[in-house]
Formats: sequence, C-alpha cells, structure tokens
Amino acid sequence: MPDNSNSKTAALTTAQVTHVAKLARLEVAPGRIEEYRTQLAAVLAHIAQLDAVDLTGVEPMAHPFESHNRLAADIPEEGLSIEAVLMNAPAVEGRFLAVPKVLAEGD
Amino acid sequence: MASPTNHTPTDMTALRDAVATGTTSAESICAGMLAVATERNPQLNAFHEVFAEHTLNAARRVDTDAKAGRPLPPLAGMPIAIKDNVATTLGRTTCSSRMLEKYRSPFDATAVERLARAGAVVIGKTNMDEFAMGSSGEHCKWGPVRNPWDNSRVPGGSSAGSAAAVAGGMCAAAIGSDTGGSIRQPASFCGIVGLKPTYGRISRWGLVAFGSSLDQIGPMTRSVRDAALMLDVMSGIDERDSTTADRPPTELSKTIERPIDGLRVGIPRQYMSDANDSEVNAAVNAAADAYRAMGATIVSVELPLTDVGISTYYVIAPAEASSNLARYDGIRYGHRAQLQPGEDLFTLYARSRSEGFGPEVQRRIMLGTYMLSSGYYDAYYKRALQMRRRIKQEFDQAFTACDVLLGPTAPTPAFGFGANSDPLAMYLCDVYTVNTNIAGICGVSIPAGFAERNGKHLPVGVQLQANAFEEDRLLRAARMLERALAPTTSAHGVHA
Repeated sequence: MPDNSNSKTAALTTAQVTHVAKLARLEVAPGRIEEYRTQLAAVLAHIAQLDAVDLTGVEPMAHPFESHNRLAADIPEEGLSIEAVLMNAPAVEGRFLAVPKVLAEGD
Repeated sequence: MASPTNHTPTDMTALRDAVATGTTSAESICAGMLAVATERNPQLNAFHEVFAEHTLNAARRVDTDAKAGRPLPPLAGMPIAIKDNVATTLGRTTCSSRMLEKYRSPFDATAVERLARAGAVVIGKTNMDEFAMGSSGEHCKWGPVRNPWDNSRVPGGSSAGSAAAVAGGMCAAAIGSDTGGSIRQPASFCGIVGLKPTYGRISRWGLVAFGSSLDQIGPMTRSVRDAALMLDVMSGIDERDSTTADRPPTELSKTIERPIDGLRVGIPRQYMSDANDSEVNAAVNAAADAYRAMGATIVSVELPLTDVGISTYYVIAPAEASSNLARYDGIRYGHRAQLQPGEDLFTLYARSRSEGFGPEVQRRIMLGTYMLSSGYYDAYYKRALQMRRRIKQEFDQAFTACDVLLGPTAPTPAFGFGANSDPLAMYLCDVYTVNTNIAGICGVSIPAGFAERNGKHLPVGVQLQANAFEEDRLLRAARMLERALAPTTSAHGVHA
C-alpha cells in the first residue's frame, strides 16, 4: 500500500475496505461494503486537513501527561476467583473456557 | 409540564443537608425519585436497569443511622445513576451493546466504590451510545434516549441516559464518561452541569476502555457545587490505574462558594463562529457580560487549531478504540456467534464481533484499523499525535493570558432524531469539546440560556475550560457564573 501522505486522500477502494474488515476481524456483508466505503472515505477526506498544518519537527504526543511508568509493588494479591472469571464466559467445560477446535484434522 | 425539573427543584447538596438535619428522610428522597423514574422512564429511556429495592433498603439504613445520631458520610442516601460503561457488581454493565448485553461485572469501578463509600446509592444504570461512540443517544441497543425538555429531540451523547435522568428528576446526580465531549454536550442539551475532569483525576479502573488516553469519568449534576462534591469523593490516585495522577483527592467543596478576584476570562475568537446557532453565541455573550459585571476581565484569545481538533480526534480515538475493542473476540466474555460445521476460528471472531457491535462501532474500528495499518500509520496516527502536541501548546499559550476559557459547549441546542444521520455530520458536533480531551485539560458545561424551537424551550449550555489540574479555578468560575445567571436559567426550570 502507498506510503505517500499525498496519496492517502485518494478514494478508498472496496478492496481496501474488505482488507481492513479482515484485519479488524469483522464480517461485513458484501452488500454493506459500499456503504462503509462511502462513509469512511468522507471521514478520511475530512481528516486530510491535518496535512494543511506544517508539523515538521514536532514530537508526537501519545498521552496528555508524559508521566513515567508507575509500577505496582511486587506483592502477591488476590486475583479474581475462577468462578468470577468464568461467570461471563459464553461456553464453559468444567473449570475451562470452551472454544471451537483450532487445528483442523491432519494439522 | 413546564419544565423537566419540576419534580426536584433542589440539587444534591441541598438534599444531602436536608437528610443530615432531619428535615427529610433518605427514604422519601429515594422513593420520590424512583416514582419519577417509574413514571417517566418508559418515555425517556434514560435507564436500562433501575434498582428500586436496593435503593430503598440503602436509604432506610441511612435514615436509621441519622436517627441514631451517627455521623453521615458526604453523600449519605443520595441516589446516583451510573452510565452503563462503568462497572458495577449490581445489575449488568452492557455499554448499551449486544456484545455485552448479558455481561455482569465481578467488580465495581473505583469511582463507584468511592461513591458507595461516601454513602451514595446506585439507583440504576443509564443508557448510552454504544461503547460511548456517539453524540446523540440514538445508537443504543436498548433504544434511543429522549430529551426531557422535548421528547422529539435527542438528549445528546454519549452519556445520554445520565443526562436525561438528572434533568428528568430521576436521580440526585449521575456519572458519565467523556472521551470527546460525552459528558459536556448532553449536559448542555439537557440543562444540567457536566464536568470532564483533567485526565488522570479520576481512576479509569472499571470504565470500559474506548480511547484510553482520552477517557475520563465525571459528574453530571444539577449544580456546580454538586459537581465539586462528587469530584472530591471520586478523585485521587488509584493503584489499580497507573494513569491516575499522583495527587490527593480534591477538596473543592471547601472553596466552591468563594469568587475569584481578578478573574481573567478568555474567549477564543475561533469559538464564536457564525455557524453556531444564534442563541448559542448569545448565551456566551450573556455569560461574558455577567463576568464583566462581577469585575472579571474578558480577553480575546486565539485558538487557530480549534477546527483541526475533529480531524485529530477522529484519528486518535478510533485508533485507540480499534486496539481496545480487539478484546471482544467471543471467547472469554461477550457475545459469541454460532458456527456452522466446518467454519474456523477466524469466522468465530469475525462473526461474533459483527453480530455484537452496532454499525457505528464497526465503522470506528475499521477507521482505526485502517489508520494504524502498514503504510498509513505515519500519515494518520503519527501526524495526529504531532497535532496533539501543537493543540496542547496552543492551550498553554492561551492560559498565559487568561485563567479560564469561555465558549459554547456545542454549536446548537438539542437536535431532532435522525438530524445527523451522516457520521461525519455527527462528528462535527463535537468541535468545541474534543480538544479538551486531546490536551487532557478540564472542562465544564453549565446551563446559560435557552433557544425556543417549535414552542419548546431548549437549554443552551456554555463551556468553561481550565488548564490541567485547575478544577478549583474552573468550578469556582463556573459557580460565579451559575449564581449570576440564575435569574435567566431558572426561568424555565433549570436549578441554579
């Protein structure tokens, strides 16, 4: 994909929307791709105004206060009980979360 | 009904004092508000769950303590509504999403824990735009929330139900969360006070994460002094949230009635746009006149990056959201889709997420994913973070010339359902609130006037902003204005 800030405003393609949906682990119905494409393209076109400001040499700021990392004291604490952890699980087998088979036969 | 607040003409501080002095009982206050909720919630849809029995039992315990002469904590017996993205062991914590429709939290958020320790009672959980993504209260799994002043209009969002519950007399106060204006804009639309504290003031432990560098919990109240009281109770360092500021809890209630001598109020020229509804600019001008009459100095300041705030925000917030919401995969909690034989784990993730999240949430996840994806990161995310620093610097510069900034909370009063169905149009409603979060400073919306639409009076709020950790200055300035504007704002039922 292009790495040129001038080309980022170029129209978003349906292929890109499909790719992004896959990256985001979303199952978008084929009939809705175009709707999302139009809406996302409009937002991206608006966001292109960021290019109008010269930001050369400005240090990125990821967080409002560049506070140092605060570590918790290294003292064991009671965590959540297994019951509490599992109380919202969609599927449980005994004391375990149940998930569909990950490996196919022969893998 | 002339105004939505007829049921409860008093603020929480007055109710609390009435209980403490034995003028009234906590039970009668709670029973009264529960009755209002029973009557009005079917129409307003502010609450997703109401805990009537729990509330009455807690209130009776307070009354027993009061009769026995035991000292009462600062919020004893006060029924407080909690936005449904704040974890409570009571009831469910759904974020108004199908994804979490059955989710029960095994713990209470720190803010909830501190409110409870101060004697407050959780009266119910309030509806919101799904995962706090929205500015109208329309994007809610449990149906749209309605504005108590005009049921054909939105209450604002995303803390829609909290605002409607306070304005509608269904609780003494509420908490909301504010990532880009989600406390202040609904407060403006519903004629109440809404405070977004400085980033790090209140623990985010137990607040369902949306934009982790932007999110803050804050009070939504009938008066400025109530907001001060709630901040005092909820603020302070929390070991469970390493981004809380290493500062003691605020003690604003002690100083809130003290006016600020020589206050300098800055009005950013860029805020007084012709695109604002005329009543909005009129409310700001009336507030400026009131300050002048109190001896404050009004100065014009420049915030040229006001407009690019939306662009900056709609990079940072979706980027953080796409990361935060990756945890909803249908495995450990939340909605899990049914698979057909032969379908794989990827399908389980993708289908669970697409069935569980509404369209606006999916839109923002895709937006964030796109902007963080290979080849686009520098062009969008890095640029937005650079702009973030410039916006912060611009505020710092403005605060050398003034103590607080005054301007509109939103460009319009409450709009009708469906009026901003285009996502971008909805985003642009947040132009005056997002930069507060981007810079991590504090802001408050207070009622300042009305706009008449179709024979109904709609509240119009004004916003004050102050630099980081200047809540004392912010709320004292807000209290001065609240007192000065009382004759105007009380005309149609806003308490002052």
